[in-house]
Amino acid sequence: MVSAESLFGPIDPAPDAGYVDAPPRMGFFTDTSVCIGCKACEVACKEWNLVPDHGLDLLGMSYDNTGALTANSWRHVAFIEQPRPLGAESPALAGTATGPSGSAHLAERASTPPGVPNTDPGLPPAPHPGPAAAMAASPEFLGMPGTDLPGRQERAGQRTDLRWLMMSDVCKHCTHAACLDVCPTGSLFRTEFGTVVVQEDICNGCGYCISACPYGVIDQRKGDGRAWKCTLCYDRLRDNRVPACAQACPTESIQYGPLDELRERAQRRVERLHADGVPEARLYGHDENDGVGGDGAFFLLLDEPEVYGLPPDPIVTTRDLPDMWRRAGLAALAMAGAAVAAFVGRRSA
Amino acid sequence: MSDGDAMGERFREFQRQLAERGDPAGPAAGQPASRTERGVREPGSRDWAPQTQRARPGDRGRRNREAINVPPAEFSSYYGRPILKPPVWKHDIAAYLFTGGLAAGSSLIAAGADLTGRPTLRRAARITSLGAVVASTYFLINDLGKPARFHHMLRVAKPTSPMSIGTWILSAFGPAAGVAAVAELGPLLPERGVLGLARRVSSPAGRIAGLAAAATAPALATYTGVLLADTAVPSWHDAYPDLPFLFAGSALVGASGAALIAAPPTETGPVHRLAVAGAAMELVAERRIEHGMGLSSEPYQQGLGGRLTRLSRALLLGGVAGALVGRRSRLLSMLSGAALVGSSLATRFGVFHAGVDSAKDPKYTVVPQRERLERKGSAPGA
Ligand code: SF4
Ligand code: SF4
Repeated sequence: MVSAESLFGPIDPAPDAGYVDAPPRMGFFTDTSVCIGCKACEVACKEWNLVPDHGLDLLGMSYDNTGALTANSWRHVAFIEQPRPLGAESPALAGTATGPSGSAHLAERASTPPGVPNTDPGLPPAPHPGPAAAMAASPEFLGMPGTDLPGRQERAGQRTDLRWLMMSDVCKHCTHAACLDVCPTGSLFRTEFGTVVVQEDICNGCGYCISACPYGVIDQRKGDGRAWKCTLCYDRLRDNRVPACAQACPTESIQYGPLDELRERAQRRVERLHADGVPEARLYGHDENDGVGGDGAFFLLLDEPEVYGLPPDPIVTTRDLPDMWRRAGLAALAMAGAAVAAFVGRRSA
Repeated sequence: MSDGDAMGERFREFQRQLAERGDPAGPAAGQPASRTERGVREPGSRDWAPQTQRARPGDRGRRNREAINVPPAEFSSYYGRPILKPPVWKHDIAAYLFTGGLAAGSSLIAAGADLTGRPTLRRAARITSLGAVVASTYFLINDLGKPARFHHMLRVAKPTSPMSIGTWILSAFGPAAGVAAVAELGPLLPERGVLGLARRVSSPAGRIAGLAAAATAPALATYTGVLLADTAVPSWHDAYPDLPFLFAGSALVGASGAALIAAPPTETGPVHRLAVAGAAMELVAERRIEHGMGLSSEPYQQGLGGRLTRLSRALLLGGVAGALVGRRSRLLSMLSGAALVGSSLATRFGVFHAGVDSAKDPKYTVVPQRERLERKGSAPGA
């Protein structure tokens, strides 16, 4: 029923799951180089999938007030500001004498909020305030929302060029999906399109999938108890329609289609960007020889994955499962052996 | 909820928080300097390197020994926020790890006592086992987001899901342990009539059920190691070769402790040997977990996970020594037994917290993966 091959390495997931005549594997290619951070995808997803509101909070670190993928946010637009001119553009801020409206101090305070956060579910805070401060520390930082007037702080007038990185994150619909492997109820299943979907009428909220996902995607909904995540609009796919987020994206940053086609298109795009002088462009999750057998939703990034909150080299935990069972078997034998020895050892005792 | 007023209120609240928590303007002391000191090399938060944090000077006796093999690391993250979702499991699961082990270990002791003619020990261990397995079931169900759907676990049997396997192990073990414990009531029944018949079958039925429980017990005690390891939680996953041994040892220790509390010294000879064997297994596994996993070992040395791990070791050594020295004294045996039970409990909570801590801090996710990539000599894509 389960062979070692279906736990790791390149496979086509739908036929591997037992579908005969499965349609081609469908997925997303999210090209962050054209994302404008409008969050239309976040909104469209909520509208179509009736995802509950995730509350209102100011995270104080950037224009991103969603914070992370959660049970109530199945698309999340990350926002990063970096001091770096883009390509051959003329300096964007030449001649403007304004100071930062955000500050390290602000980002630091906001990354480890006191008390209960206003978002639902509450976003996990940062364990240390340092990184948020460091990200916001540069004099160029425009991070919003600011509570200081531009120019008021001592670093007024020091701004230089910058770039904004925006990236619409989503469930990766892994080829080897740890969430699906570990689900004890069969609630998570592989669709004929090769995507990974939770059945809300089956899930009993055991939470296993949440600890298993190497990307921190799937999440428990407070008050409801069940696990929720992107379905890649399974209902729309079955109707031959484009997922809501891809449909809503005004710049085609989110592209939907057969995974093979998307991979080719992504390859061309990254080559084009390299030729145009954006050497930092790279694909993430496109490689079927990576630790999860490739992602059904993959990305073109302009910096290291971890800058966007993505793990740099995720490996599906179930790759090691045969070994784990072996070790448990040995431990069980040792335990039984100890018990036998203890009682047989010296009968007189 | 999301009208203009609410937003305004949030904004004011945000400002209030800022005002309460520190100086109203200007960078916080210390932090941002790192960027200018080291020059702007790379955008992002590369310049932040708190990983070099060593055990604090006040940490008695264990100054440099810990954290010494942890390489100083720099890494980027998204505003310092965690990458993984921390486990949503509550303390129920940590408690279950303990009660499951206690039930398993006790049923082994009960079977041994049964076969070697130690009736008090057998009775005590069977009752402990039943109590612990009932508690386990409660903890498991209570931890679910939708407890009323517990039976959905029984829809499938999935070898890739340790939780599914565990549910089936528990379903086999629980009734057997239950019958073995209930059989202890046999002697209380009248000697005649239908109940008399029940009285006569109770002893063989108890033995068969007790042996069946003992046969499944090692699986019950060790699968939990796979349960935790089969996750993306760095300090759990990386410990996969040793967690089952740690839990097997800890199960023997906890069950021996319970037996020392409940049974007289005349019958606990084998229990002492079992406690020593369990302690040895636990200490070896613990040492490998605490020192052999690089950065992933750190949560077993620091914070709550570290404190619980040290507490468990102290109780373990004290309990074993006390049990051996005081083997003729009922009181000393009981005290040592309590220490062993406490040690087993602390071990489980320690492992639980170490894992949760490792999921909450992005460094445990990013740094080892970066190192792995560097070893492979390739960055993703590019
Ligand atoms: S990204 Fe996480 S939730 Fe999505 S399919 Fe992969 S393991 Fe499952
Ligand atoms: S929380 Fe639901 S979907 Fe996730 S593993 Fe448990 S039953 Fe499956």
